[in-house]
Amino acid sequence: MIEHAIRGGKLYWSWIALLVIIIAAGGASYYYQYQNGLTVTGMSKEVSWGLYIGNFTFLVGVAASAVIVVLPAYLYDYKKFKKVTTMGEFLGAAAVIMCMTFILVDLGRPDRVLNVVLNPRPNSVMLYDFISLSGYLLLNIVIAWTVLAYREKNKGYSTWLKILIFVAIPWAISIHTVTAFLYGGLVGRPFWNTALMAPRFLAGAFASGPSLLIISLLVMRKYTNFDPGYDAIKKIGDVVAFAMVANLFMIGAELFTVFYSAHPHHLEHFIYILFGIKEGSFVYARFVPWMWTSLILGIIAAIMLVIPKVRNEPKFLAFTCGMVFISVWMEKGMGLIVPGYIPSQWGAVVEYWPTIPESLISLGVWGIGILIFTVLAKVAIGVTLEGEKIEEEVVEEEEVVEEVEEEVVEEAKEYRCELCDAVFKSLDECCEHAEKEHKIAKASCDMACVEAAPAEKQYKCELCDAVFTDLDECCEHAEKEHKIAKASCDMVCGEVEEE
Amino acid sequence: MTGSAIATITLTASQVERVLAAFAAPAIDQQKVRWGMVIDLKKFNELPLAKRKRVYDVCKEIHNIPIFPTAKDRVEWIWPADFEHTFPSQFNHFLPEEIENLEVPVLCNHCENPPCTKVCPTGATWKRDDGIVTMDYHRCIGCRYCMAACPYGMRSFNWRDPRPFIPKLNPTYHTRTKGVVEKCTFCVERLEKGLQPACVEASEGSFIFGDLNNLESEISKILREHYSIRRKPELGTEPKLYYLI
Ligand code: SF4
Ligand code: SF4
Repeated sequence: MIEHAIRGGKLYWSWIALLVIIIAAGGASYYYQYQNGLTVTGMSKEVSWGLYIGNFTFLVGVAASAVIVVLPAYLYDYKKFKKVTTMGEFLGAAAVIMCMTFILVDLGRPDRVLNVVLNPRPNSVMLYDFISLSGYLLLNIVIAWTVLAYREKNKGYSTWLKILIFVAIPWAISIHTVTAFLYGGLVGRPFWNTALMAPRFLAGAFASGPSLLIISLLVMRKYTNFDPGYDAIKKIGDVVAFAMVANLFMIGAELFTVFYSAHPHHLEHFIYILFGIKEGSFVYARFVPWMWTSLILGIIAAIMLVIPKVRNEPKFLAFTCGMVFISVWMEKGMGLIVPGYIPSQWGAVVEYWPTIPESLISLGVWGIGILIFTVLAKVAIGVTLEGEKIEEEVVEEEEVVEEVEEEVVEEAKEYRCELCDAVFKSLDECCEHAEKEHKIAKASCDMACVEAAPAEKQYKCELCDAVFTDLDECCEHAEKEHKIAKASCDMVCGEVEEE
Repeated sequence: MTGSAIATITLTASQVERVLAAFAAPAIDQQKVRWGMVIDLKKFNELPLAKRKRVYDVCKEIHNIPIFPTAKDRVEWIWPADFEHTFPSQFNHFLPEEIENLEVPVLCNHCENPPCTKVCPTGATWKRDDGIVTMDYHRCIGCRYCMAACPYGMRSFNWRDPRPFIPKLNPTYHTRTKGVVEKCTFCVERLEKGLQPACVEASEGSFIFGDLNNLESEISKILREHYSIRRKPELGTEPKLYYLI
């Protein structure tokens, strides 16, 4: 299975090389921080948590939600998600690893980190966070790996695996809730000390994690042969839409409570992030553009998401998901942590901004996560594609269209050599040919060998049974004849297979 | 196998008790010593500047507290603050000038119900039986959760190696490493020798230190006879540092 990770084309290896460079820069910066202490960061006596803990907080959300959206696939046998489940879990695992690394780089004495387990203190929320995060990492890796192994051998899931999957769902919610409690439980920090913390976290997470999942799936669709199916992506998009609206709603509820009741100790933090704090003629407003950018991006994205036509339009989806991701990253990351410290508990306003080493270290940690995800996803894609190739006739989807059950059977794939148009039954054959005839190394044979689109594909208009050879034609027909908007033409135009 | 299982269960039971204890405000035990401090702000502010400064400096000297060139890295156990920011809920715009302009020394309140010890994941900071909130610098992992939790900002982190910045090393007291949190300990090392905390000794009688559980102690009498205030009492942390105004 693991061999898929080292079989890749030029694009794959350049991507890996780029990530390794980013990680190396982060590593060097971390060495510098380790030698000189956390003074190399922008943190201070007043603001003692910053970019690292912000990223940690945000990534816990990604970790939890990337998994939760795909779990229905196991539980309810929701077939459309079949291909994305493993991706969700691997994304979750990569995110948890990033979370842990962010905590580690934030510690003053990383050499003593094991004290958390050697001298556990049951009254500290951090202990529970540690337990839930490590447990979650284990669960994800075990589940995803076993599922892949089964898929490779084309077996059904065993009972113990199903039990683990059941455990994983509440577990995912728990990592998020416990992390929210980390902040929400502090009596001395009015900015965090609200019961809305955990629900707000969950909503933000369910918007950002699935967005990232969608973006990664779209990238995979574009650059690999792996196709999770647009239907699955669309379904995840629905989750993002609901969650983003809930997230904004909760932010609104928070703002109303704070501004209408106007308790000064709550208010001052919100004044700081939204308008800045005036002292004499100077306005401390470093976070004002940050928060407004996040809010505006979030609102635009939410509006685009709630309109089904816009949400389901593949052109916009990557874009809106990107906006959601950035908006939530800003708001649930630094935007949640830093303002909790400004003004400080003794009323001093000291601002914070990450330094260059601090930013490089953070980038490096992201690099580690992305590298892990890339490699894991590569394995998953490899196994999935191989599986598709071996199986002669795979029953892909069971779609219920107007109470008529239709079975769409996917044909075995064909591969075409781009250089001489020869057609082969399997990728390996084509690769061999490319090596012999065109001197293309096997590792990069994906440059020469492409999947040949089965020519038999046809689209049928459900409303009048007219048949077209391509989807666009069918959509145009649907618009002209049946007044169905193009964006929703997938409701009428279905794929048919000719016998 | 069974033995270790039983050990685990007993361990968990005692831990459950500790969790519960951590969430409930502890009952005040009248039998034990419970150290507390009163700062008489009027008396303190009548002292000349040099003497007031001595109160802060003596702490720095005996505890090997580093003096960093950059403000953001600073480590402090006791420092001067103003009335408005120390007592935000007591402040109003018609305060007599002499109160508004008071110099208020702030230090760890040694809360009876300390939020900082509640959150520490390693037990590197805890409340002793005599009510002093103390630190184990060898156990602290530097997560700074306690700094997030203290509602008064009384904890400092060693953002960099403090040793090169100690003006004059006191060989009888320890130094800290970079990456750990520290704060005022009510001079436990001096109390063990039967001495008063250093700031109290230098304060010319404006700081009063003693056993809050002993009704006959000076501190209890003063608190009974005068109106005192504490920092953010509404948070339920029960500071054991009282101020007379
Ligand atoms: S003042 Fe702060 S550091 Fe001191 S005991 Fe109270 S919460 Fe802890
Ligand atoms: S910084 Fe040290 S004392 Fe403070 S909570 Fe973390 S381990 Fe405990």
